[in-house]
Amino acid sequence: MGALSFVCAALLCLILGFLLYESWSLVADGRWLSFFSQTGWYPLEGLFGMTPMIFASLVLTFGSLVIALPVGLACAIFLEFYAKGWVKKSFQSLLNLLAGIPSVVLGLWGLTELVPLIGQIKAPGTSVLAGAVVLSLMILPTLALTSYAALTSVDRSILAGAQALGLTQKTQILAIAVPAARSGIMSGVLLASARALGETMVVLMVAGNVVQMPSSLFAPVRALTANIALEMAYALGGHRASLYVSGLLLTIIVWILAYLASYLFNKGRTVSHD
Amino acid sequence: MSLVTRIFTQRAHSSQLSRLFCLLGVVSIAFLSNLSLAAERLTLTGSSTVAPLALEMAKRFEKNNPDVRIDVQTGGSSRGVNDARVGLADIGMVSRALKESEQDLTAHLIALDGIGIIVHSSNTVKELSRQQIIDIYQGKIRNWADVDGPNLEITVVNKAEGRSTLELFLHFFELKNSQIRPQVVIGDNQQGIKTVSGNPGAIGYVSIGTAEFEHNRGTPIKLLPMDGKEATVKGVASGEYPLSRPLNLVTKAQPEGFAASFIEFAQSTDVLDLIENQFFVAP
Amino acid sequence: MIDRAFSLGIYAIIALVIATFGWIIGDVIIKGISVVSWEFLISEPEDAGRAGGIAPILVSTLYVLIIALVIALPLGISAAIWLAEFSQNQSHTLHVGIILDVLAGVPSIVYGLFGNAFFCIYLGLGYSLLSGGLTLACMILPVFIRTCESGIRSVQSDWRLGGLALGMRRSVVIWKILLPAAQPAIIAGLILSIGRATAETAALLFTSGYVDRMPESIFDSARVLAVHIYDLTMNVTGGDETAYGSALILIVLIILLNTLAQGFIDSWFKRSGHYR
Repeated sequence: MGALSFVCAALLCLILGFLLYESWSLVADGRWLSFFSQTGWYPLEGLFGMTPMIFASLVLTFGSLVIALPVGLACAIFLEFYAKGWVKKSFQSLLNLLAGIPSVVLGLWGLTELVPLIGQIKAPGTSVLAGAVVLSLMILPTLALTSYAALTSVDRSILAGAQALGLTQKTQILAIAVPAARSGIMSGVLLASARALGETMVVLMVAGNVVQMPSSLFAPVRALTANIALEMAYALGGHRASLYVSGLLLTIIVWILAYLASYLFNKGRTVSHD
Repeated sequence: MSLVTRIFTQRAHSSQLSRLFCLLGVVSIAFLSNLSLAAERLTLTGSSTVAPLALEMAKRFEKNNPDVRIDVQTGGSSRGVNDARVGLADIGMVSRALKESEQDLTAHLIALDGIGIIVHSSNTVKELSRQQIIDIYQGKIRNWADVDGPNLEITVVNKAEGRSTLELFLHFFELKNSQIRPQVVIGDNQQGIKTVSGNPGAIGYVSIGTAEFEHNRGTPIKLLPMDGKEATVKGVASGEYPLSRPLNLVTKAQPEGFAASFIEFAQSTDVLDLIENQFFVAP
Repeated sequence: MIDRAFSLGIYAIIALVIATFGWIIGDVIIKGISVVSWEFLISEPEDAGRAGGIAPILVSTLYVLIIALVIALPLGISAAIWLAEFSQNQSHTLHVGIILDVLAGVPSIVYGLFGNAFFCIYLGLGYSLLSGGLTLACMILPVFIRTCESGIRSVQSDWRLGGLALGMRRSVVIWKILLPAAQPAIIAGLILSIGRATAETAALLFTSGYVDRMPESIFDSARVLAVHIYDLTMNVTGGDETAYGSALILIVLIILLNTLAQGFIDSWFKRSGHYR
């Protein structure tokens, strides 16, 4: 049976192996440096600059977190400290429903409703902002529910002590409960950012897909994932290989995130044990 | 409750789980017994523009020939050329004329399609010259006021790399993709129409038939004439409209068997209504 | 005073979340409800999906799901048992855990790239239900193993020891005590995986393909619901109505599965509370 757990390790090797195998024709002849040095993405003209797309992926992920984290925390605080009875139950199932909306449907909504709205402020509407907002809706349930679980597991006696000291409810929540739950919240954040980073359909439909460094919130960008989905079916030869390189890069970024997560988690544990 | 009772009460649950496994086993056996299917199979890959049309033709063909199965996969014209050449597909779908370098393949014309410039219907611009379109796409003209339109920033909608619509557009205006400064890059046709209809300052290029259809059902887009020729399906049919393209099925050699009869069927009068329904023009 | 403002802020955000959610769902329902009918569920798509129904697409969606589960379920449960019960080497377990976390975080589109290169081309399965199902199995396996593992770990150890003390074999203890006790976690993980797999678009675009005919074997290429919605919105002119209708069906399908998961989790908490 032990062999079965090696299946997982083997799967990871297989995935990495095949990504490498498919991208080898570009990586092997040393052209891989050009993924970072070239500025344009015109694969049919032999230009494979990926830096703007890596940057765009990170900006979109960060933007969605900036929106979703406060809102998610507010939802968690509401569930833990404000809502009671059926209100709590129904808000929880609402979050579950939101978690169940497929990303392609969120993208459809973003494209037909949100993008024209943003376009009225500043054309074209498909933008970093639209991408970040729709992504934040997608990761909100994850953030809210993990933060809620983390808040629930905070030791009641700490809160009772704070109440006895006469602290206001706001101080109890923001200065005591939330910091005490931070490692749980943090792992939720990392989970959510992995999802946002890997999301394809939403960013393909609402972020505009122009390969460029975003100059403002209203600038259209293309994320690495959208790039793969947009061109994969059309790509041959070196073009196809370059898309596998995009996949490889995404995996490496996720890897770094997972490492960061376990590092922060362990660090958080040792600190709270002191 | 003692541990022993616990174990006995849990038996029921455990048998539920094993039932689930059995069920899954049965289902998988049912699958495996299904493996030997002897129907003749044709594979078509290529242009996403042709794919919906080919899919409908394939369905009708399957109805007439019950022992044939036709698989249609999208992926762009160059994919169609490549797959037909190396034998991954029996027939490639290509939404442009074959190039010099592709003369080893045989093209079978099934329909015509025009590419039209579309803008939002609130845009007061009536006509754009070739040079104006080139300047707009190169980012030299950034406001509609410069071409006698409203004082509104232009949103340039371009197609993603690999699409033959893009190739055709670039070829027609003698541009390179790296010269274009787009604000939005789209994949398929309908995304272009959605983008332009949601943005008063947008300009894009899509299949004329679909744009006409959307315009007639009230979507706020309008087609601009090209070189003074109205962008209509009629104009494409008569050959007057300059920016049009053939939709081809391509094969490596002279097709045989079902591939031959499917191509013959696709060029016959039996499919004229399908061509019209997909907003293309019969050749 | 500050307390008041803080509470108001919280309530305002909650109202915003509910409003946005209502907007999205309302949008889908208003635009989709008119095409949804029994007829829609049982007929074939016509005119490239603009008219007709989604019967073959629903069937393909279920086919892909079942293939994925047939593979992921036994494999996942065995791996979880091994991780939670048999692995003696702490650092080994930790490493496998980290690998699983990485795999769980790998974007679905990367699984799609992998599935296309490995199953479709290398193994020669082509665009098929089987390739799609296998790709989804790889995708859901890590999350499923993690959920099951934590479920098995959380079974109180005196049950284990009690079973062994009664002279039961290890395999019997696992089959009769641990798995039944962890069953709600297993089912929750299962239904989570189903939710993820049902909504998947990107990975299936490159593995199970585009054909919208009723599948006849697992080597047939077929279109799943999410890909159908994507194609109707992005490629098919005049396909919006049926796209929203299909979206409505997909949401209802996933809500059904989610409710099921919620029910199982609730009953689990009730039961474990009872024995504690």
